[in-house]
Amino acid sequence: MQLGDYLPIAVMGLLALIFGGASYVLSGLLAPRKPTPEKLQPYECGIVPEYEPPQRFPVQFYLIAVIFIAFDIEVIFMYPWAVRMRDLGMFGFALMGSFMVMLIVPLIYIIREGVLDWAPRRRHSRDELIARYRAEHEAAAREEAA
Amino acid sequence: MTSVQSHLSASFAAHLADAQVAVEIETPEMTLNIGPQHPSTHGVFRLIAKVDGERVTEVEPVLGYMHRGYEKLCEVRTYAQVTALVNRLDWLSGYCNEIPFILSAEKLMGIEAPPRVQYIRTILSELARQATFLVFLGSFGIELGALTPFFHTMRDREKVLDLLESVTGGRFHPNFNRVGGILDDLPPGFVEECAAVMDDVDKMCDQVDALLFGNDIFRERTLGVGVIPLDKGLEYGVSGANIRASGCAADVRRDEPYLVYDEVDFDVVTDTRGDAFARAYCRLQETRESTRIVRQCLKALPSGPIMAKVPKVIQVPPGEVYVRAENPLGEMGYYLVSRGGRIPYRVKVRTASFNNVSVLPWLLEGVFMPDLIAILGSLYFILGDVDR
Amino acid sequence: MDWVDYLIRSVVAVVVFAAILGTCTLLVWFERRGAAWMQVRVGPNKAGPFGLLQTVADAVKLLTKEVFVPDSADPLVYRIAPLLSLLPAFLALTIVPFGPGFHIGDRYVPMQIADLNIGILWLLCMSSIAVYGYILAGWSSGSKYPLLGAVRQSAQVISYELVMSLAIIPVVIWAGTLSTSGIVEAQSRYHWYVVPLIVPAIAFFVSGIAETNRPPFDLVEAESELVAGAITEYGGVRFMMFFLAEYTNIITISAITTTLFLGGWNGPILFGTIAGWSVVPLWGLFWFLLKTGVLLFVFIWVRVSLPRLRYDQLMTFGWKIMIGVNVAVVLAVSFVIALMEQGALPMFWAPPGR
Repeated sequence: MQLGDYLPIAVMGLLALIFGGASYVLSGLLAPRKPTPEKLQPYECGIVPEYEPPQRFPVQFYLIAVIFIAFDIEVIFMYPWAVRMRDLGMFGFALMGSFMVMLIVPLIYIIREGVLDWAPRRRHSRDELIARYRAEHEAAAREEAA
Repeated sequence: MTSVQSHLSASFAAHLADAQVAVEIETPEMTLNIGPQHPSTHGVFRLIAKVDGERVTEVEPVLGYMHRGYEKLCEVRTYAQVTALVNRLDWLSGYCNEIPFILSAEKLMGIEAPPRVQYIRTILSELARQATFLVFLGSFGIELGALTPFFHTMRDREKVLDLLESVTGGRFHPNFNRVGGILDDLPPGFVEECAAVMDDVDKMCDQVDALLFGNDIFRERTLGVGVIPLDKGLEYGVSGANIRASGCAADVRRDEPYLVYDEVDFDVVTDTRGDAFARAYCRLQETRESTRIVRQCLKALPSGPIMAKVPKVIQVPPGEVYVRAENPLGEMGYYLVSRGGRIPYRVKVRTASFNNVSVLPWLLEGVFMPDLIAILGSLYFILGDVDR
Repeated sequence: MDWVDYLIRSVVAVVVFAAILGTCTLLVWFERRGAAWMQVRVGPNKAGPFGLLQTVADAVKLLTKEVFVPDSADPLVYRIAPLLSLLPAFLALTIVPFGPGFHIGDRYVPMQIADLNIGILWLLCMSSIAVYGYILAGWSSGSKYPLLGAVRQSAQVISYELVMSLAIIPVVIWAGTLSTSGIVEAQSRYHWYVVPLIVPAIAFFVSGIAETNRPPFDLVEAESELVAGAITEYGGVRFMMFFLAEYTNIITISAITTTLFLGGWNGPILFGTIAGWSVVPLWGLFWFLLKTGVLLFVFIWVRVSLPRLRYDQLMTFGWKIMIGVNVAVVLAVSFVIALMEQGALPMFWAPPGR
């Protein structure tokens, strides 16, 4: 195995880039160019956007990214082990078994902590809604009486 | 000593405050316009949604992009011309829109259409209802990402529309009713053809029932989503399948029978769950009930004239009347005021979609973006019906 | 290895590149006609015989469409993002063995662009990088729908990336190598890995559907919600790049599934020669294309049949079910292999790969 093995991959990558670049150039030659202010506005269902898209996004998404990095590294660690598994035998299984426990326990912890709960804060459970509505109604009635 | 202590506690408090900030990073809400040019709002409907990630925290519907001033236009049209306008309110079931208006005019004039006319009107109304519901069953699938049912239901809707066309000459806007009767009799061979199409529609309903409503993903997406409690629904004036799905057996066809609905046997389909699934399922069942009604009408269809005795020039005596009917989208009513003469003085239309949409701000608070689409789809409104 | 060998491999790369472009064209046509067939429609049938040239016509149309950069966009990133999406799509395919190699004279011609000894890792690398194209596209557009789509995309793809990595591990244990040609070799001796490893096979294919953002996991392009997701602001030739990348990814996933679980190019050789010419390598290519074609059909079939999942359902399915099941499978497989290596179980089902 030498670095030369990657040469065809480089050729492939080059081809893809050349194809993409050529398409861009071709399109530049063929396509009309008539920008108008309306055309250049970002799409928002035909309404002129009043607010910029926010720079910060809910933390939940970053949590997913962080968890992913932790778990992905653990999984990548398993690859060298998997290649040599046959030589390692029972010892290898015991080794990876304990490693897996380390993988699973945090996962269970994460799930228990609700990191992966995407459900809305107020789920439209029927009974809950009706109870809430009744309470509101009664409160209003009391107010009226008072 | 004390100064050191106070200094320490101050820095400690500052640390605590920092920690507090770190824990609760505030992410600004994003104001997102859904519509008027959006693939799944069935026309030019706009929702201003405040979105926190995937969650919708607040919704404000903006109506009126399709306002065409039909109520005002009715005031300068003769009674015969008005039917052409009201056809275009709920454009998917144009025929049904004519019925309550014509009935209100007939009521004021004291005319009753002959029995054959009543039967034909019932048949055509039910056909329009089936056509509308077949669109719903397909497009609701599209909103949830299932493309295929749409094409199949559209195929069978085409057959229903062909039937309507063979009678009225129009597919969407028949403009077929006249005060006191209808324009023309049924074409030859209609009864057999109609019976055959009813079989097709029933078969389509079975397929949709098994393949779409039986799909696990579909059930996951709709069960328990967008629940309208009964009392909340009644408060907002929600009608049609939307309120029947919440457990209220309100159906104008049963409660205040018009046409020949008191002579045919049909069930008012209700559900108690009140969620998106229940609403869709009620419509599916109502399509089946509708084919049942058409079959009975075809069997009992009397012979006779297709026009009552009416004067050459339609002149409605002074008075006012409110007539309501069970349209596919819900309850539609016409409040007709006449001061005599050939044109109505005032026509106020109560359209089902407008009231059904009014529940949205309450219903959509705190739901997921994808649920929002499922809920919009399950309420099934037509923008022409909302904006008039 | 001298320069002639490198030249041969480079020529193979050029041929494969052209073949992928051609296959994409065919695949788009196949999908549209297949979907039309299942949806009682006709589908494209006007351009060329059976509408085969419809995709070409579409490409020409997209090339001649006006392209512009929205005011709010980051111009450089906005322009580069489509290429970033296209590049890894093609690079991931380089490790797939399309058939057994053959000899011309004394030169060996592999039917594979690069037979890397870390082929599987290369695949995982490329599928991880592929997400950048969409994320940057969504972010650089400076618009809200694309941003929402991009955030969904990143969370979805990295989650299923994990599932995918876990689903491959049993194969690596079984075969004892990370080289794709080695894995196909190992399957040629006794059985295809789909037989003992049916659960990881399904998990891999499902996560592959999720990775390529195809229905029912097409939350990114969820048309009825996010209009067109991350690529809402794109049109013309730039959209074409994303489109091409998506279909290349579909081909990649089908080809990799074939390689890892369905025995790659292995299959019966019905006759060895035609007019004195050996056609054995062609049989390999034939079986490979057939299996890949069937999987491509499954892609289309699933798309036509199923509604879309909701975002939280997708994440729950990925993290709570798929990962749990796959971890259990990895443990079970390694335990069985360990028993076999100790001689406690007969070796029949798991012959050493190397």
